Amino acid sequence: MRRWLSFHAWLVFAFLYLPILVIVALSFNQSRFGVRFTGFTFDWYIRLFSNERILEYLTNTLIVAVVSTLVSTVLGTLLALGLVRYRFRWQNALRYLLYVPVVVPDVVMGISLLLLFDVVRDAIGWPRLSLFTIILAHISFQIAYVTLVVRARLMLLDPTLEEAAKDLGATPWLTFREVTLPLIMPGVVSGALLAFSLSLDDFVVTFFTAGPGSTTLPLYIYSSVKLGVSPEIHALSTLMVGITILVLLLGTLFWRKRS
Amino acid sequence: MREAATPWERLRQMLLTIGPGAFWLVLFVLIPTLIMLVASLMSRGSLGQLVPPFGLHNYLRFFSDPLFVEIIGRSLWIGFWSTVFIMLLGYPLAFYVAQSRYKEALLLLVVIPFFTNFLIRVYAWIVVFQKEGLINGLITAFGLPPAELLPSTFAVYVATVYTYLPFFVLPLYAAVERIDWSQLEAAYDLGARPIRAFWEAIFPQTVPGLFAGFLLVFIPAVGTFVIADLLGGGKVTLVGNLIQLQFGSAQNWAFGSAASMVLMAMVLLGLWLYARTQGEKGLDKLV
Repeated sequence: MRRWLSFHAWLVFAFLYLPILVIVALSFNQSRFGVRFTGFTFDWYIRLFSNERILEYLTNTLIVAVVSTLVSTVLGTLLALGLVRYRFRWQNALRYLLYVPVVVPDVVMGISLLLLFDVVRDAIGWPRLSLFTIILAHISFQIAYVTLVVRARLMLLDPTLEEAAKDLGATPWLTFREVTLPLIMPGVVSGALLAFSLSLDDFVVTFFTAGPGSTTLPLYIYSSVKLGVSPEIHALSTLMVGITILVLLLGTLFWRKRS
Repeated sequence: MREAATPWERLRQMLLTIGPGAFWLVLFVLIPTLIMLVASLMSRGSLGQLVPPFGLHNYLRFFSDPLFVEIIGRSLWIGFWSTVFIMLLGYPLAFYVAQSRYKEALLLLVVIPFFTNFLIRVYAWIVVFQKEGLINGLITAFGLPPAELLPSTFAVYVATVYTYLPFFVLPLYAAVERIDWSQLEAAYDLGARPIRAFWEAIFPQTVPGLFAGFLLVFIPAVGTFVIADLLGGGKVTLVGNLIQLQFGSAQNWAFGSAASMVLMAMVLLGLWLYARTQGEKGLDKLV
């Protein structure tokens, strides 16, 4: 039984990694077409780095991810605090609204935001589809994830700690800064990391809310793939997978050290 | 002892914490959805813009044309079977990972594809399935003629299963971690055979994780347009492709909005059924 389970597991792992390994191998392959390995080369990486456009797309991707993560982390953390602490009339409606970006297919999210931007632009001539609209769109789904992650952490919090701070005469702001925030920090950090990776990964919502001059890496990959397979994309993919693995490894080591 | 906060102070703090986030959600989630609803009731102007008259004509067109009903049916069908395959692959995997001595390392192996860029994961299958790709390289090495694997429904299935498998394994893994194994021993002590013991003592404990995993995979699998677009290349049209087409080259935003509303209604119906069986707590499991 156990052997069967392990056989199955390694088969699934092979399925998960085979396509990625093929891309990595091909990124070093001299032949432009096909999977026949004709010789080792770094040419595709050199070509990738000499493509100035790539740097622009990378910058765009990072600007969107950093700005949207900062805003959504602040808004989401505050929202989580308020939702856990206060009871008010529209609370349930707000909680259901929070689940919408998590569960609705991203194509629906993308076109509804496109419609919003279009209606507003028709009315007041602003905003044009650009990095700015992509950032607004990303915050709109990130905020839900951040709030839910931070809220989960807040619900584990011992309320007597905050009460003790208040009894000792701390103002609400001081209590928040010195007691609550340090205690929920792991939740805030995981929420921010999740938001950041969701932004980097997003193609669909970006696709509908991007305009001329606001191409991100996923948009670039999509348009080149539509034109056909290319070794530069293999090289770019290999680098992106490599960075993903590196970040995850560092993250795992960091959390292990802390706990 | 400090005085209790005045109601005015309390209101101020509430507005400060909830206000900005609630405002954002109303402006960028609720209002766009309402605009989409209104747009779905409008008509297509000569330039593709949204114009009156208002009516249910887009929905009538959608549900009276067998082509569109077929697209919905196909999306649900492919989404459903992909999810079933994912469950067959992922369920035993979650147990293996949770019980392994190298749990952390194996979990990392599941998480790496999860965080690998979505487009790269889909693109990888083009490389595998294309005419000069890996599969055809192997086939022709045996002296057989190359197969036409792209575009095909088969490729769409494989890539869908591949893309969403980690989404299923992670919540299920969390459920397996919480299993109370003493129940299995109790079942054995009462004379149950291994299969029956698993079925009665362990399986029920994983059902909430199964439900959460099912939804996490089924909803995006039904709604995706990228996978069918890149690997089904016009051969496989899903509701996501239909929506993209209406907002792209077909320039019929009104009809596209109606198709989106139909997709959204299906998702909300599924969630409502889920919330009824799992209770509200179940919704939190989805994150």
